[in-house]
Amino acid sequence: MSVATNPIVIRGLQKSFGAQMVLNRIDLTIDRGKTLAVLGQSGTGKSVLLKIIIGLILPDSGSIEIEGQDIATVPRDRLNEIRKKIGFLFQNAALYDSLTVAENVDFPLARNTQLSREQRAQRVRELLSKVGMEGAADKLPSEISGGMQKRVGLARALALNPEIVLFDEPTAGLDPITADEIDGLIAGLQKERSMTSVVVTHDIHGVRFYSDRVVMLREGTIVMDGTFANFEKSKDEFLARFLKTAA
Amino acid sequence: MASSVGMGRPRNMHLYVSVIVLALVAGGIAADRPAGGRSWTGSISAAASPLVRFIEWFGELGAFCGRVARAAFTRPFEFRELISQMESIGARSLPLVALAGAAVGVVLSLQTRASLGRFGAKSMLPSIIIFSMIKETGPIITALVVAGRVASGIGAELGSMKVTEQIDAMEASAVDPFKYLAATRIVACILMLPLLTVASDFCGILMGWVSDTLAEAISLRLFLNSGLNGVTFNDFIPPTLKTAAFGAIMGAVASFQGMRAKGGTAGVGFATTSAVVISSLMIIVADVVLVRLILVFFPA
Repeated sequence: MSVATNPIVIRGLQKSFGAQMVLNRIDLTIDRGKTLAVLGQSGTGKSVLLKIIIGLILPDSGSIEIEGQDIATVPRDRLNEIRKKIGFLFQNAALYDSLTVAENVDFPLARNTQLSREQRAQRVRELLSKVGMEGAADKLPSEISGGMQKRVGLARALALNPEIVLFDEPTAGLDPITADEIDGLIAGLQKERSMTSVVVTHDIHGVRFYSDRVVMLREGTIVMDGTFANFEKSKDEFLARFLKTAA
Repeated sequence: MASSVGMGRPRNMHLYVSVIVLALVAGGIAADRPAGGRSWTGSISAAASPLVRFIEWFGELGAFCGRVARAAFTRPFEFRELISQMESIGARSLPLVALAGAAVGVVLSLQTRASLGRFGAKSMLPSIIIFSMIKETGPIITALVVAGRVASGIGAELGSMKVTEQIDAMEASAVDPFKYLAATRIVACILMLPLLTVASDFCGILMGWVSDTLAEAISLRLFLNSGLNGVTFNDFIPPTLKTAAFGAIMGAVASFQGMRAKGGTAGVGFATTSAVVISSLMIIVADVVLVRLILVFFPA
C-alpha cells in the first residue's frame, strides 16, 4: 500500500508518561474512507493515540503520517493546515463554555475560511440541522444535556468538511437511546461522506454497527486487528471476556 | 553631611529590597507547586531543588512569552477578542480601582495631616497627596488591585478551559490558543493598566481633597494649584506608563499558569491562586526596578 492511498500511516509509535509506557511500537495503516474502531480497557492509550494523530501530544519515537506528512516534524503553520483536514470529537465534547452553540460551530469557520458572515451562518444552520440541534443555536453549552453537547461537538468537528474524523468515546456517559442516536449519526455521516474515521470506544453495539475494522489495544500494544466478525470469533480469553462484559 | 549619608542609603536599600523580594518570589513559586513526587537524594539536592524549579519555571515562562509574542504579531489578528478582553479587564475593573484609589486618597490625607501638623507644614498636604498618588501609590495600588481581580479571573478561566480540553479543542480546530487566548489578554492588560491608573490617581486626589476640606476648608482650585505646583510630566507620565509593564506581567503570568493547569478542579484552584500570588510578587519586584530606572532616566 502506498502512502498516497492511506490517509493515516503510523509506524513504530512509542509514548511514555514518566515510567509508564502507554503506547509501545504501534504500527497502523488506516484505509481511506474506512472506519476503524479502537477498543481496549481504560488507560491503554486509546485517547493518547488520537491526540498523537492530531498533534496535540508528541510521540517519543516513531512516525505518524497524515496524507504523507509526518505530523511530529512538520512546522506549526503546516501542522495547522493538516489539522483543518481533521475533525475531532472530544470525549466530553469540549465545547467553549462562554460561547453559544452556534458560536461554537462557527468558531473554526470564522478563523479558517474566507466565508462571509451570512455564508457562515447558513453553514452553521446546516450543520446543526444535520445533528438535530437547530433549535438550540442560541443556548450555552451549560444549558443543554451531555448528549446534545456531543451532537454540537460533532457539528463543530464537521465544520471544515474534514477528510478524517477522530471520535474519542462518542457515546461515553450517554443513555442507551442517545448513544444509539450518536452511533446512527456516525454511521450516517460515514455513508454520506465516505470519511476516514477512527473511533475510540467501549460501545460494542456501535462498533458492530459502523466499523469496517477493529483494533484492540492491551498494555500499549495491538493484540487484535481485524473485522468485528474476526473479533467475535476470536478464541483469545481476554478478547472473549472483553466482548462478553462490554456487550 | 546628612544629605551625603542619605544619598548612599537608597541605592543600597533598593538592592537589599530587590534581593529580598526576588527570594520571596522564588519561595512563592516553589511553595505554590502541588505537593508530591519529590525524591530527596541529599541535603544539597534538597536545597537546590526549589532553586532548580524556580529557574525551570522562569525558562518555561520565557518560552511561553516568546511564543505569545510571535503569535500576537502574526495575521490574522483577533481584534474582536481583544476588544472584549479590554472591556472585561479595563471597564469592569474601573469601579474597584476607583474605590481603591479614593480610599487611599482619604487615608493619605488623614495620616499625613497629623504628621505635617507636628512640623507646621500643613500647607504641603496637597503636594504630598498629589505627588504620592501619581508617582507611586496610584500605580502600585491599581496594579495590585487589578492583579487580584484580573489575574485570578484569567488563571481560573484558562485553567478551567485547559482541564476540560477546550484549549486542546481550539488547537485541534487549527486555531492558535496562544494568540486567541493569551495574546489578547496580555495586550488588553498592557493597554488598560495605564488608563485605570489615571482613574485611580484622579479618584485618590479628589477624595484626598474632600478629606482635607472636611478637616479644614480649602477650595478645590487652591488645593490643585498648591498640589500641582512643581509637578512636571516626568512626575506623571513615566510612573503611569510603568503600569503597562505591570499589565504585561499579570497577563503573562496568569495566562501561563492557566494554560499549564492540570489535574481537574484542584489544578484550576492552583492555577488561580498561583496566578495572583506570583503576579503580585513580580509586580512588586518590577516596581523596585522600574522606579530605579525612572529615577535614572527621568530625574526630578
